[in-house]
Amino acid sequence: MTYTSFLADYGSRFVDGALVTAIQFLCSLGLAVLVANLFGLMMLSSNPVVRRAAVGYVEFFRGTSLLVQLFWLFYVLPLFGITLDNFLTGFLAVGLNLGAYGAELVRGAIQSVPRGQWEASYALSMSPAQQMRKIIIPQAFVIMLPAWGNLVVELLKSTALVALIAVPDLMFEARQLNSSTYLSTWTFGTALIIYYVFSRFLITPCMRWTERIMARRIGRA
Amino acid sequence: MMEDLSSYPLELVGPDIPMVRFMKVRKSYGDLIVLDNLNLDVAPSEMVSIIGPSGSGKTTVLRMLMTLETINGGVIYVDGKPLTHMPKNGVLVRADAKYLRKARSSIGMCFQHFNLFPHMTALQNCMEGPVLVLGLSRREARERAEELLLMVGMIDKKDQHPSRLSGGQQQRVAIARALAMRPKVMLFDEVTSALDPEVIGEVTNVIKDLVFKHRLTMLMVTHQMGFARDISDRVCFFYGGKIEEQDSPAELFSNPKSKRTQQFLSAVKAAD
Repeated sequence: MTYTSFLADYGSRFVDGALVTAIQFLCSLGLAVLVANLFGLMMLSSNPVVRRAAVGYVEFFRGTSLLVQLFWLFYVLPLFGITLDNFLTGFLAVGLNLGAYGAELVRGAIQSVPRGQWEASYALSMSPAQQMRKIIIPQAFVIMLPAWGNLVVELLKSTALVALIAVPDLMFEARQLNSSTYLSTWTFGTALIIYYVFSRFLITPCMRWTERIMARRIGRA
Repeated sequence: MMEDLSSYPLELVGPDIPMVRFMKVRKSYGDLIVLDNLNLDVAPSEMVSIIGPSGSGKTTVLRMLMTLETINGGVIYVDGKPLTHMPKNGVLVRADAKYLRKARSSIGMCFQHFNLFPHMTALQNCMEGPVLVLGLSRREARERAEELLLMVGMIDKKDQHPSRLSGGQQQRVAIARALAMRPKVMLFDEVTSALDPEVIGEVTNVIKDLVFKHRLTMLMVTHQMGFARDISDRVCFFYGGKIEEQDSPAELFSNPKSKRTQQFLSAVKAAD
């Protein structure tokens, strides 16, 4: 069997898997961004209870394995009467986990905005919410973008774990094909190539483009 | 220990109330006393320059007036009303965030490092405060900003971001941005210290204009003695958290009475 005939026979399975991976990726990314912003801001709160809750969340999700979190959501939650759909469990685990890393990026970026920017906006009598929304977050966004580029690629790769709870993503399809055809080189090779194409030709250019747009907006480009 | 504030008036009354009054103001960081029992009045339309060696507390005076620093004792009044405190049940209590926000809107400040918002053009920098805080429409704010940018000679650069402007140009935009809020008091904190020597003049000329044409009440911390002498109504020499000597510029620079003032001025002269 040639690689061309292998693709002709099983190509559609890879396409289906890649689509599920793409949707998993987008859902996880949306959740991770939400979680990152929420907990990143909470970590800067002057209220110690809010701050500690956020730090606790981040430490827990960064300090334990994503795979264990995934299994916990999938196998343990039903014991408490909460049964979630495979797909939902998959992106919840990935989104919550990567969101914890993102929260640190948000916190770090906000703290990296020079103190003078806080003082200047304070001197214009802006309220704390206005300072944050109009002055600090737009600048923090530019600061954290390159680091988010890494995190987003990491997030894509993490979605491969959802295959282990039977979400029919790219990795799941590759494993299925491998066990039925034993063509490991081609099945996993194709999966590798598709993941690489996603990250190198979709995510990276998107992030670079966003960085360029933002650089132009602050007059650096 | 809580300070007894009952001896401080709820507001200043009378025919000659100063625009700014520091009344027994104290500021310390832990055990380090930065300002001790400061009493200073600034009359409406008066230009007061503050000079002194590093660590004498001169910048702290401006930062306290901008409420960027909380004071540990005493009360600051602006235009007769308390700034750092607010009246409650017939006595002064420490001002809350809402009161402070409203009270400090009568004060504008320019910083040593300009602190323009890098993600906004010169025009947007001058419009943001009036739109967000004063509630002006974007059209009104734009007209006001353009008028001020014209005044500081920056109208042709209004669509440039700060990264495209020289230090002197950025500082002029920063002055326009502060003026756009129509403050009663303007504070200049070493606004020429971060500038290359050849562009200092473009900023000092703008400030001179404000002094001689617009008669705003101003406080300026500066290391430029010549500039302070030219434009000030009064010069205060700070030393060790206190006003060591204050007088008209002609008197203070030509005939300083305190030994410390004499030493400081001769050291500055030698450095020039």
